[in-house]
Amino acid sequence: MATPMVRAEAVHKNFGRNEVLRGIDIEVAPREVMCIIGPSGSGKSTFLRCINHLEKIDAGRLWVDGELVGYREHGGRLHELPDREVCHKRSEIGMVFQGFNLFPHMTALENVIEAPIKVKKEAAAVATERGRALLDRVGLGDRLDAHPRQLSGGQQQRVAIARALAMQPKLMLFDEPTSALDPELVGDVLNVMRDLAHEGMTMIVVTHEMGFAREVGDSLVFMDSGVIVEAGNPRDVIGNPQEQRTKDFLSKVL
Amino acid sequence: MTEFSADPPVPPGSTRVRPEAIRAVPLRHPWRWVSAVLVLIVLGAVVDTFATSSLHWSVVGQYIFDARILQAAVVTLYLTAIAMVVGVGLGILLAVMRLSPNRVMAWVSWLYIWFFRGTPVLVQIFFWWNINTILPYLSIGIPFTHVMVQASTNTLITPLLAAILGLGLNEAAYMAEIVRAGIISVDQGQTEAAHALGMRRSLVMRRIVLPQAMRVIVPPTGNETISMLKTTSLASIATVHELFFVQQDISNFNYRIIELVIVASVWYLAMSSVLTVFQYYIERHFARGSVRGLPPTPIQRLRRMLFQFHAAPPFGSAAEPGVEPWLPPTMPHSGM
Repeated sequence: MATPMVRAEAVHKNFGRNEVLRGIDIEVAPREVMCIIGPSGSGKSTFLRCINHLEKIDAGRLWVDGELVGYREHGGRLHELPDREVCHKRSEIGMVFQGFNLFPHMTALENVIEAPIKVKKEAAAVATERGRALLDRVGLGDRLDAHPRQLSGGQQQRVAIARALAMQPKLMLFDEPTSALDPELVGDVLNVMRDLAHEGMTMIVVTHEMGFAREVGDSLVFMDSGVIVEAGNPRDVIGNPQEQRTKDFLSKVL
Repeated sequence: MTEFSADPPVPPGSTRVRPEAIRAVPLRHPWRWVSAVLVLIVLGAVVDTFATSSLHWSVVGQYIFDARILQAAVVTLYLTAIAMVVGVGLGILLAVMRLSPNRVMAWVSWLYIWFFRGTPVLVQIFFWWNINTILPYLSIGIPFTHVMVQASTNTLITPLLAAILGLGLNEAAYMAEIVRAGIISVDQGQTEAAHALGMRRSLVMRRIVLPQAMRVIVPPTGNETISMLKTTSLASIATVHELFFVQQDISNFNYRIIELVIVASVWYLAMSSVLTVFQYYIERHFARGSVRGLPPTPIQRLRRMLFQFHAAPPFGSAAEPGVEPWLPPTMPHSGM
């Protein structure tokens, strides 16, 4: 079997005395789309942020593409990775945020080409070429020079997806990408994500969009208070939940 | 979009006919008139007092373009510029140190700000001007060897350098707080998004955080610059030949004290007015991305007014359908 793209073993995380993650075990295969659902405060966003080391885990092990996240194991001990290597690993993982977090002082195109030029040291012409193509692909080929504030939420989020894809990541993390959008703008963003999934991108999507999870997801994880309550095929989990807690949650969101 | 469209059906009982425009009797404001007249009377009295004093305006006119005064104004300007460059540069460094995860860095920065903000600028300039009394020689060398470069403090610390040190190091303490406020004002999500793209701390600061912090940093920095322009007068204590020192030098001979103070004030006022205009354009530059449309520059306003005067259809005649007679509200960015 191929190396899993993401593997978590008993991942724990606490903020002070507050335990946010209490033992997460998952495996995400290459080209798999995993959706994570659960009530707010269940730790799903925190887990996502652990995968690219925006948060440090306190116990357990976490691997991306067969390599430990944030550490190197040597002589039976863990050594923190230097900043340079942490950044290099992050550059191979795309992340899309609930609040878009586009750089407001740059145009859409500048947002997309900033990291390829400054982090991957690509030639400006090459990065611009791909940036244009990516923005075209997410349906914004005519808004290259718009500043984020001149774009709607849906358009901003699609620029944010293009910005992440510009780094040619091997894994994409989506943190409630449509939660801050007006209902009528959600569809465009989900379509872009659906296309991405069909092209074989490995994706972990924290979402409240059950339709998307059922249709596009290969697997579904239901999290509550820092643990995985139920996981499996999306159709099974949504259509025929086994745990009472899952049933309660689904009855509220469906 | 704000116009009525015929599409939605009119609900029963309501009407689409626009009622007559409101023409009400305007409310009178007698107290506004009373207070305005009172203030003008006081202003008139003040002007009259000075007009009938023995102030010689001809002396003011005689010295306003005096070569010594003009040269002093130039000294004031470049002392302001150099002190601000030192202040801003060191201020950014101190702000970044203050926010550093390295405790020692943060503490040293705090100590610097505490000391330089807590003592008067005049005292600081005076200190640098007289440092030769405690350190007759300054030397830089490799520790524990005899290799070193030595110079007399007296020749090294010129009046101008003493003023630059006093003004610049003091300014850095204030600028550090301004820059720090700017950095903190940038949303945490920006740093996170940049880190997620693999950008390192220094790159995030340079490319993402500082450019956005500028919008918060620039207005108070403009104030600091204008304030610095006037504070340079304190450099007179170190015998720097700037405006205040030179006007005093002249009036020491002709005893036209108030006249020469007015000469200096006219120049201070003129220079700070020019700086205010600069500030407007710089603020406009850093507003990019934070407002949908930039406010027009005075020149753009004038151009638009002239252009519209020709392009606008005369009143009463119907505009050609589909033709936009007005300039779009988003003007092209100026060259700044």
